[in-house]
Amino acid sequence: MNKLGLIIQREYLTRVKKKSFILLTLLSPLIFVALFTVPALLAMYAGKETKTVAVKDGSGVFVLPSETDSKVKYQLSDKPLEDLKENYKSMGYDGVLHIPALPDSGVGKMEAFYYSEGQLSLGSKSSIERRIETSVEDYNIKRSGYDETVLKSFRPDVSLKQKELEKNAAGELVETDKQNSAGIATAIGFVAGFIIYIVLLIYGTMIMRSVMEEKTNRIVEVIISSVKPFQLMLGKIIGVSAVGLTQMLIWIGMTIALMSVVGLFIPMEAVAEAQQGPMSNGPSPEEMSAMMGTFGVLKAQNWAYILPLFLFYFIGGYFIYASLFAAVGSAMGDDLGESQPITFVAMAPIIIAIILISPVIENPTSPLATWMSIIPLFSPVLMPARLAFEPPVWELLVSMTVLAAAAFFFVWLSGRIYRVGILMYGKKVTLKELGKWMFYKE
Amino acid sequence: MNILRLDDVVKTYGNYAAVNHVSFDIPKGVIFGMLGPNGAGKTSLIRIITSITKADSGKIWLDGESLNNRHPEQIGYMPEERGLYKKMKVGDQLTYLARLKGLTPADTRKELKYWFERFEIKDWWDKKVEELSKGMQQKVQFIATVLHKPKLLILDEPFSGLDPINTNLIKDEIRQLNQNGTSIIFSTHRMESVEEMCEHIVLINKGKNVLQGKVTEVKEQFKDNIFKIEFAGDLPAGLATTDAGDDTFEIRNATDHELSVKINEGGDSNDILRYLIQKGVHIRSFNEILPTINEIFIKRVGESNE
Repeated sequence: MNKLGLIIQREYLTRVKKKSFILLTLLSPLIFVALFTVPALLAMYAGKETKTVAVKDGSGVFVLPSETDSKVKYQLSDKPLEDLKENYKSMGYDGVLHIPALPDSGVGKMEAFYYSEGQLSLGSKSSIERRIETSVEDYNIKRSGYDETVLKSFRPDVSLKQKELEKNAAGELVETDKQNSAGIATAIGFVAGFIIYIVLLIYGTMIMRSVMEEKTNRIVEVIISSVKPFQLMLGKIIGVSAVGLTQMLIWIGMTIALMSVVGLFIPMEAVAEAQQGPMSNGPSPEEMSAMMGTFGVLKAQNWAYILPLFLFYFIGGYFIYASLFAAVGSAMGDDLGESQPITFVAMAPIIIAIILISPVIENPTSPLATWMSIIPLFSPVLMPARLAFEPPVWELLVSMTVLAAAAFFFVWLSGRIYRVGILMYGKKVTLKELGKWMFYKE
Repeated sequence: MNILRLDDVVKTYGNYAAVNHVSFDIPKGVIFGMLGPNGAGKTSLIRIITSITKADSGKIWLDGESLNNRHPEQIGYMPEERGLYKKMKVGDQLTYLARLKGLTPADTRKELKYWFERFEIKDWWDKKVEELSKGMQQKVQFIATVLHKPKLLILDEPFSGLDPINTNLIKDEIRQLNQNGTSIIFSTHRMESVEEMCEHIVLINKGKNVLQGKVTEVKEQFKDNIFKIEFAGDLPAGLATTDAGDDTFEIRNATDHELSVKINEGGDSNDILRYLIQKGVHIRSFNEILPTINEIFIKRVGESNE
């Protein structure tokens, strides 16, 4: 095995074998899946038991639901309220719903009462509330003397459909059948940008620490009497990237596996419903269709286009920032605080990129977006953020070319700083000093 | 035959000349002392020899070949500031370092077995370096340096921080390796170990080579022709004073049982003996006082600083 391979292997194995790595890697998907499924499970168990409620209707407005699979079963009862309250259990009810006599003048705000031992679940409570509301609405309409069908026809249902225009081969703007939604594209943009930002920061600092550790341990001098400093740096960068990939693959694999196992026991609709939160009344038909629309748009996104490009920007950005952090780490002494200004060299660009993400996504075709997603220090965050908006091909090509060239350039440049930095002790390093190192002969 | 030859080697950092036109040869199979005060450029030179950095100009030959990228595998280097991966296990760590030096997995196992048995440290294999005492870590470091059977061993202050027992252990190992044909460069400013171990020296100061040669020859070159004579009985009258004698020698110092005599140019140590015997002095011992390397070091460094 060549020496670079040995270095990559060591960097990889020492990290992957760490207990903290194994724990984090294996527990994260468990926690993630648990976050999704536990509420669903709770909701399922809470929702499974149907309640049978005795309805004491003081005004005769209550309309029994037409569907039978409701969480709550209602039975109208003529017995006196006090009797019901006293003996509902022995009569086979879970509780007693009392709707008081309503005034003749129509009802705006009103109160109904539910008697039982123990609390109603939030889901059941809102279900009962809705039932009463529907009943009272009907009562109000009948009382007013208006035609019910006319009244209900006043209620509109509007949805805004977007039709994306695109230049065809002849240069004319034509309508495409793409289902696009600015909201979804924005969400994808933010998520993509933030994932890259966070991963670059985490793995960048991991590399920086590792370089510092080797330098302060003084092992570095032993190693580079066997291999070139550049090999050591590159081996570290590649080894750590393999650690990151391993972690992600395990996360994705485990999440998919766990989700499908969970799916055997819990229907996914329950999971989706539980995510809506217990406060909502569950998706209404309109909300349902909106949600299905979202899924549709999400599915309709050109993932075959977005994902490979995302990966390209991710790798390009990784090499740029990993090597920058390695160079910074090499220049640092044991004292992190003292070297803060140098750390900023690597931190500043990526922070600027994440600050720029908002204006860029808000206006993905602006000159700011165009130019900033060509600058290679920013493009790994900003271009993936724009991908869902499908930036022009020429912009992509320019940006990708610049990024690829810059990745090589930064690895080379950092290598030059690194080889001097790791042998430099006891000196407070300034930015000017760093600049000088680049021009030192080997 | 020389194991190492440096010809007019120069290395500058910015405007600072760390190595300033240095040339010297190291014969094969010797223990060679590279001396110099702190900041003289010893470490810079070593880093050039070990290919950690490159010389700006000048030529270097290792075992007759111009320095190339296969040579790091033939050199073992123990830096003054020792370093190991603290969290790595001793066995894994040494395996890694040996493999980096180009050893095959099979050779690595064989060599490690040998050294672990030799130092009686078999139960350290699965220990992390940070669990070992400082002296134990030094042993591990030494093994890491010699595992790949280097032709040339470069030890930068090898005894710093070692207790007397471990110092002797490492000294014996160094001698053993040397007997088996390994050439050794000893970089140090601790002169007593130089006198004890080295046959050849070079003295570096301010990036320049100020003195080199065999230890015996260097001492010969710097001796002041002073002899110490121990005697019994009384000195003849007049001889106790420093101005006694003739053109060939002068008495430097005299007590009631010891004389210090400087032989002048053209004089011979036998003359003084003959003279004293004639005068009826009862001589007990007669020794030439050679300068210590330490004295030569201080003298030469002082001169070259002027």
